[in-house]
Amino acid sequence: MRSLPLPEADRTEMLGVIGAASVEDLFADVPAFARLPGPVPGLPHHASEMAVERHMTALAARNMSAGSVPFFLGAGAYRHHVPASVDHLIQRGEFLTAYTPYQPEIAQGTLQVLFEFQTQVARLFGTEIANASMYDGSTACWEAIAMAGRITRRKRAVLSGGLHPHYVSTIETMARFTGDAIDARLPVLEEISDDQAIIAAIDETTSCVVVQYPDVLGRLPDLAAIAAAAQAKGALLIAVVTEPVALGLLASPGELGADIVVGEGQSLGVGLQFGGPYLGLFGCREKFVRQMPGRLCGQTVDADGKRGFVLTLSTREQHIRREKATSNICTNSGLCALAFSIHMTLLGGEGLARLARINHLRARALVERLSTIPGVSCLNGAFFNEVTLILPRDAREVVRELADRQVLGGVSLGRLYPQADALHRGLLVTATECTTDEDIARFVEALAEVLA
Amino acid sequence: MNAPNASGWRPELGAPSEGKIRTASGDRGLMLEEPLIFELGQSGKCGVDFEELEGDVMPSLGRHLRAAPVDLPGLTEPETVRHYTRLSRQNYAIDLGPFPLGSCTMKHNPRLNEKMARLPGFADVHPLQPVSTVQGALGAINELARWLIELTGMHGVAMTPKAGAHGELCGLLCIKAAIEAKGEDRPVILVPESAHGTNPATAAFAGFRVENIPATPAGRVDLAALTGRLGPDVAGVMITNPNTCGLFEPEMKAISDAVHAAGGYVYCDGANFNAIVGKVRPGDLGVDAMHINLHKTFSTPHGGGGPGSGPVVLSEALSPFGPLPFTARQADGTLRLIEEEDAPAEHPQGFGRMTAFHGQMGMFTRALTYILSHGADGLRQAAEDAVLNANYLLRSLDGVLDAPFGASGPCMHEALFSDDGLPEGFSTLDIAKGLIDEGFHPMTVYFPLVVHGAMLGAPPGRGRAAGPAPQPPARGPPAGRAGAGAPAPGAARRRPPRRRREERRGARKPVLTGRGHQLPAGTPSLSEIGGS
Repeated sequence: MRSLPLPEADRTEMLGVIGAASVEDLFADVPAFARLPGPVPGLPHHASEMAVERHMTALAARNMSAGSVPFFLGAGAYRHHVPASVDHLIQRGEFLTAYTPYQPEIAQGTLQVLFEFQTQVARLFGTEIANASMYDGSTACWEAIAMAGRITRRKRAVLSGGLHPHYVSTIETMARFTGDAIDARLPVLEEISDDQAIIAAIDETTSCVVVQYPDVLGRLPDLAAIAAAAQAKGALLIAVVTEPVALGLLASPGELGADIVVGEGQSLGVGLQFGGPYLGLFGCREKFVRQMPGRLCGQTVDADGKRGFVLTLSTREQHIRREKATSNICTNSGLCALAFSIHMTLLGGEGLARLARINHLRARALVERLSTIPGVSCLNGAFFNEVTLILPRDAREVVRELADRQVLGGVSLGRLYPQADALHRGLLVTATECTTDEDIARFVEALAEVLA
Repeated sequence: MNAPNASGWRPELGAPSEGKIRTASGDRGLMLEEPLIFELGQSGKCGVDFEELEGDVMPSLGRHLRAAPVDLPGLTEPETVRHYTRLSRQNYAIDLGPFPLGSCTMKHNPRLNEKMARLPGFADVHPLQPVSTVQGALGAINELARWLIELTGMHGVAMTPKAGAHGELCGLLCIKAAIEAKGEDRPVILVPESAHGTNPATAAFAGFRVENIPATPAGRVDLAALTGRLGPDVAGVMITNPNTCGLFEPEMKAISDAVHAAGGYVYCDGANFNAIVGKVRPGDLGVDAMHINLHKTFSTPHGGGGPGSGPVVLSEALSPFGPLPFTARQADGTLRLIEEEDAPAEHPQGFGRMTAFHGQMGMFTRALTYILSHGADGLRQAAEDAVLNANYLLRSLDGVLDAPFGASGPCMHEALFSDDGLPEGFSTLDIAKGLIDEGFHPMTVYFPLVVHGAMLGAPPGRGRAAGPAPQPPARGPPAGRAGAGAPAPGAARRRPPRRRREERRGARKPVLTGRGHQLPAGTPSLSEIGGS
């Protein structure tokens, strides 16, 4: 639906009030050489709603959607069932078409949602507080490192090899320009994560240790041991959760000692969407609140003494502090936070535990069946809903051949680590509540065929 | 779910005041009060119907298991629907009425956008699927990229930035990488005083030192001050054009030429691109990088604060330094995704990745839908109408509000006013809150900082139809009352669900999370729910 031109009579009357002869006169400040005489050449003109719908539907039809085939991808983006009421509620115009709640009197709906969201995230992560969202998990992760640098006044971050490689790349991009030192390492294909190696890397110059939980290979690092080692040297532990459903079953990073917990909230309410928009989650200890990036919603009372909510501690933010702000973030992921919050409200703590349990049991069934294929082994001892399989050959080719057989069979480590030959036989596979017995059977059959 | 409810929650009614109606529920007619979910829900309740599975999680997760479920209440589906529907009624939104926020371009969000973004072929696709299975998604990105390049007259575009400020970061990292590639050290970025706060914040975030450039009395960048400051330590300038005073920078090309001659680069904040889309190509003005807020110019919803999307168009000089990943069309017509594997050979100078995955796909599909609906002609017409609306607003308020730059000619798609001349006792905030009482979202207030008590209005949508015709929104009673010397507003406020509050009160002693619903004794343990 396009915004149709103003009626000519309105234009004429409005130009009369303005005192201009034509709309072109209003662009008088634009030098003549830069003014286009007509629509930008070489581009199509307007199209009807039906024609646009036809075009977009044809584009969409050229994608293999996750729900149409057996599907086992994860690696930082997970396919979960989103209850119908979530998508219905986020499309209410009062949420969908609202602005950032800078005017609290007429944004109490959004503000109360953000306050509830912050509380849900804090309780999920086991942190004292959480903010009103970041862009996604990867950018939240860099923000956490920058924040740890401000708190400790140190500029060296130690990264676990189990941190998602896109997160590592995002961090390295920023660090290259800010002058922070990043001590990163590749994952090693072993059953146990590299806890001891990163503990050994912590010294008096370390601002923070960044550990993903579960890690990118699906393993479960010992956060408590790493937290103790980091804190003994005056460094912070940043825990990264890319699959929040896991926390329905697993002890929270906060209770295991993490100082800052960031994550990707896409699993709840948001959907796959080819990678975005997603939802950055960010929680930490209350004493760090003034170093936190992003918007915060706080509870207060209005002029009548009624409880209400308001964006607070804005003196950390760019619109007040400009170059001294804790971050440059402005627009965040408001509507995705709403979707996450509604889904979490439907689940409750016990529903989340049940959902997590189903995920884990599904993954166990998947691993048991795939491990029967000759040449295929599973790296992991403990895992949640994702594991690393070791195949007899480069998993990139295997994934392509599986796709030819209408099976989306996981994420190859070669795609994620093209320069690390030692990892190329690794394949990440995930099962969720969406995975059926029939999906698993078709995957096993196709993989056996491809590897035969 | 009318309060008070089973959990004992009651709306906090505050002190009784004269002339106020108090009800048992705290509601007034259909103005509904609503408790927090932590006051409504009960542990053990759940609004999701699962398939049950047999099995024991203890053997494989043992020592990693949490002791008890996350301390969060559950609500049933009808309770959930009611909770969020009631909350939604406490919001103002574009769908409810005029939203004349300057520098935010709150235009209508066409519902076809929403429908297209939800096609399973876009919404239910994983970012790491084999590229042969996502040709349509890559095609949509590529098609939108081409539109953005053509509309701006630039050389390339980085599609991955997540919002405007992230786009600014992308542009500045390109500039920094280009300077590094030349073996130079240029630590300074120049930013006009009137810039959005994100500009200096982004420059600092990217490791630059920020220096401010003053504005002229006519509300433009001071060209002499700018050129006087250029030198071997200056990496570039960040200019908003049209600027935050609602004015086009007529000397933009001269600014660009001067910056380029001094070895620097020009970043343009594209927040106000809506005023010139289809009329002016920033590439023709010498711009090296500009972000485009898809949630402003191209109608993707603001969603109460995001998600946004901020693709950055780049000049030929900066394109080699753009981020990963991006799409490339092959000879046979299929699309590739250039990621880490191919970057060393095909994009060796790129500065790397700035986020996981490929950008805000859900916003790309919405923006592409809007662009295809409008076409090159319709986008141009939308810009013309936006500028016509703003000038109509500006001139309609002659003699009501002071327009500090009103004499210097027409404005672009937003009109700037100051508090100069408001009667004693009236402030910009009073005008804003008065507009709220009248059922409007106020204009942007106290920004830009270069004008005292600024009010920046961008009349959205469709001219006179945007408000109660033929009155433009801000001509409503608040400004009129101010002019008539009526008593300062304050006591009369009663329309919105919450009244003006002590906004700083939250900051002194912030309460950031709900304390309610501690798990009661006797809550089942995890092993009883999810365990063995």
